[in-house]
Amino acid sequence: MASLDDLKKRITSVKSTQKITKAMKMVAAAKLKRAQDSAEKGRPYSEKMNNVILNLSNGISDKETAPKLLSGTGKDQIHLCVVMTSDRGLCGGFNSNIIKKAKIYFGEILKEGKELKIITVGSKGYDQLKRYYGNKIIESISFKNSKNANYFDAEKVGKMIIEKFEKEEFDICTIFYNQFKNVITQIPQAQRIIPLNTESADDNELEDNYEFEPDEDEILNNLLPKNISTQIFKAMLENSASEQGARMSAMDNATRNAGEMVDKLTIQYNRSRQAAITKELIEIISGAESL
Amino acid sequence: MSEEFKVEIVNPEASFLSKEDVTEVIVPAFEGEMGILKDHISIISFLKPGILTIHSNSEEHKFYVEDGIFEFKNNTLSVLTSSIFDLKKIEKSRLMNLIKVAEEEASKQEIDDQSRFLIDQKIEVLKSLN
Repeated sequence: MASLDDLKKRITSVKSTQKITKAMKMVAAAKLKRAQDSAEKGRPYSEKMNNVILNLSNGISDKETAPKLLSGTGKDQIHLCVVMTSDRGLCGGFNSNIIKKAKIYFGEILKEGKELKIITVGSKGYDQLKRYYGNKIIESISFKNSKNANYFDAEKVGKMIIEKFEKEEFDICTIFYNQFKNVITQIPQAQRIIPLNTESADDNELEDNYEFEPDEDEILNNLLPKNISTQIFKAMLENSASEQGARMSAMDNATRNAGEMVDKLTIQYNRSRQAAITKELIEIISGAESL
Repeated sequence: MSEEFKVEIVNPEASFLSKEDVTEVIVPAFEGEMGILKDHISIISFLKPGILTIHSNSEEHKFYVEDGIFEFKNNTLSVLTSSIFDLKKIEKSRLMNLIKVAEEEASKQEIDDQSRFLIDQKIEVLKSLN
């Protein structure tokens, strides 16, 4: 059995770990509030953007001449996957869930004999993917220095993707991120951004008597690259809210586990202290008796 | 009947401005400035760098916008832009910085005609503000 001293040391160490996890939980809770706020504030922009694009793409008369960002290259040979993860760990299954989802998708693509290219956003995703898919990763970006998700960063990623698309380096682009549902549930998402998915439009009420200036094609050409950045920005916002949520619940669990452990160790400590006292008493009594 | 309509300006990070009592908005559309009054036909167009002016009954509000799109529908004007500054609040140093960046961009050789046009516009507008 561990000595009293050892037990005492373990109790203190677990207690100080608990202090850390508790602090992290509180920090995550505060950050979550902010991340949620900005995710909510960012929603109107991407919604409006989506609406306009849907209206536009419905107004386009000739699908053949539609911009490639909308209609695709007509092939699906090369897939580009943008895997968006966090830069920091200690957030439960947050990163692993995205990676798991992405890996299933990668497997399908490779099984069909198609080419796969990966861009990782966030260093944790790169760390987890480099072992199996190291030669497929063409770019890895991390925004460790930015405190919050901001549009400027998203635009950088968006521009890079468009540049690669124009050089015909890929046909289909999918982004992977966690959608924030609530603090304990984050749903990993795979969203295709090139070519754009316009099918979800059907149940929306559409007006087709818009006036366009200049014509639809030109507006679309101007708008679609912006939409890519917007979608990425949306994913970044969802991701940062999810990350804080996941961290909060992970740290909450850790704090609780540490509490349980402290309780258990304290009982053990008291028992062995009691046992030591009893032992000493027995020794004294039996010593006195033998006189 | 009132002649007022609604304006919403959103940027990616937040809703920038929402106003209900607007009588006229002058937007720097790509093909020229455009004044929008109530009951304008539904229209979608995009912006070039310029000054966006919002007239309401009581006041006149000016913004500098760099790019974006706008949509007018059912007497609501939605402006989506990633770069917008309130002219009352913008600082001189910020303005100078914007001009510097734009001029650097313009001095590059490899840009195409459309972006050159946009950058020239931008420099012109920024200088006129200064």
